[in-house]
Amino acid sequence: MTLKLGVPSKGRLMEKTFEWFGARGVTLSRTGSEREYAGAVDGVEGMQLVLLSAGEIPRELAAGRIHLGVTGTDLIQEKLSQWDQRVEPLAELGFGHADLIIAVPACWVDVDTLDDLDAAAAAFRARHGFRMRIATKYHRLVREFLRDNGVADYQLVDSQGATEGTVANLTAEAVADITSTGETLRANHLKILSDGMVLQSQATLFRARRAELSDAERATLKALIETLGIGD
Amino acid sequence: MTLTRAMARAEAARLRDAFAAAGAHPVETPILQPAATLLDLYGEDIRARAYVTQDPLRGEQMLRPDFTVPVVQMHMEGGAEPARYTYAGEVFRRQEDDPERASEYLQVGFEIFDRADPAGAEAEVFARISDLVQPLGLRAATGDIGVLTAALQGLETSDRRRAALMRHIWRPRRFRALMERFAGKAPVPPARAALLAAEDPMAGCAPLIGLRGPDEIASRIDALREDAETPPLSAAQVQLIDAILSVRETLPNALEHLRDIAVDLAALQPSVDRIEARAEALANRGVDVESLDFEASYGRTSMEYYDGFVFGFYAPARPDLPPVASGGRYDALTRRLGGGRAIPAVGGVIRPGLVLEMGGAA
Repeated sequence: MTLKLGVPSKGRLMEKTFEWFGARGVTLSRTGSEREYAGAVDGVEGMQLVLLSAGEIPRELAAGRIHLGVTGTDLIQEKLSQWDQRVEPLAELGFGHADLIIAVPACWVDVDTLDDLDAAAAAFRARHGFRMRIATKYHRLVREFLRDNGVADYQLVDSQGATEGTVANLTAEAVADITSTGETLRANHLKILSDGMVLQSQATLFRARRAELSDAERATLKALIETLGIGD
Repeated sequence: MTLTRAMARAEAARLRDAFAAAGAHPVETPILQPAATLLDLYGEDIRARAYVTQDPLRGEQMLRPDFTVPVVQMHMEGGAEPARYTYAGEVFRRQEDDPERASEYLQVGFEIFDRADPAGAEAEVFARISDLVQPLGLRAATGDIGVLTAALQGLETSDRRRAALMRHIWRPRRFRALMERFAGKAPVPPARAALLAAEDPMAGCAPLIGLRGPDEIASRIDALREDAETPPLSAAQVQLIDAILSVRETLPNALEHLRDIAVDLAALQPSVDRIEARAEALANRGVDVESLDFEASYGRTSMEYYDGFVFGFYAPARPDLPPVASGGRYDALTRRLGGGRAIPAVGGVIRPGLVLEMGGAA
């Protein structure tokens, strides 16, 4: 009955998303108390705002429980296999820029490329008896990237936070993480491999390809796209 | 007619009985396998292909992605010699890219552990599987990973370069890139050039952090210096490897072609002799070797533990289907899992579900 738009439920990502829609004539707002995750859409009839954790938006889009959603390209590609068949990017929102990169200790003067990383991993495994550890929370993206680039003899270790600290703490030899300015990496004595860019991500408005639309919802989607001025 | 689970199970039993009639001992393996062994063998890529689960006592476990590894482990822990085994049961494969591919299916296998007659054992595994699936009108593909490894051993270059190429046999793109670099065709990256030119590469570098120590960094720099002084692979040698990798014709023609190449690359000869002995053994078992395809680069992308003879049976009219049967030699796997011991081993599997889908007998 209503076209459901999923938006990150807190923080800068939510504020920026509200601003982006507001600047294009669609007002998103939270309703009720500060702590209640309910929202409203003004400017286009027949829409409902659903506030969700940014990490859950890919899943909800894939399942068709929301028709539209704002989240990072990194989360979409990490969480959805064959993502391009499940969601369609409608507009890049120009904020939330983040690069998923591979970084190694800056003191590794002999390692500048993935080719070097592969050779260092082979020697590391022979010396230490286990595969070189790369700490990340983006397992699928990193694994596919390293496979496509022919890097072997590594293992991924899960790190859900403070990933840059894992090398100094001896729980990993390298990291694959999101960075925007590289400041945290430098502070932790890490450097980015020259060809170690896994993905460049930003906040993006996605449409669920598999969500069924009634005629009324289809008309609402058309009106929204026109109001936002993102039609092609 | 709808194919049911019971029909697939009955077909699996029929195929297993056929192997048992050939003297194979029926064995079972647990469905839950310790993840560490498989991760150590296959690396991180196995996580994309196998289901991983865990419990607090045993830690990470995988749903059996194949039988070969547990059967080899079982044999190396005290199997009689020689031995032959058969099994039938489910394997589980995680699918990330192709929703049409099954994530759970039956496999029936036949494995021979025998030191006496390697070519004969290879011919027997191929012929028995061929007899069972050939009524379906499949195309057989064969190859031999041993050809490429023999050629690399004969390459006139440093041990390090040979080892680097050997390590990436199963990653054709990386292999190609290494060949180009070793042949001096790829430019030296600027960072590498600067590193090699530096008097003291470690001077003024960032604080040392992590487990990889300064000695390891220094020894890699030494290796890079040695590599920089290694003369490039000659164009003739690169051409020989290219010629080997492009061999794709009927077995007799492929043999002829490889013999010609072996004139310029003597290290190739033992692997050519081996193919010849196998061709003879196959003919003795009634296989039509005159029209059998042989492709030197077959099996380089998907079968990391095979290190010699490799084969697969494909449905020509159904390119969407995976091979109905496949197998090969895996001597190195027995060494990896055997704790210092090793035994020549060859085997193959049939997918009864696909046999039925192709209209095969049940």
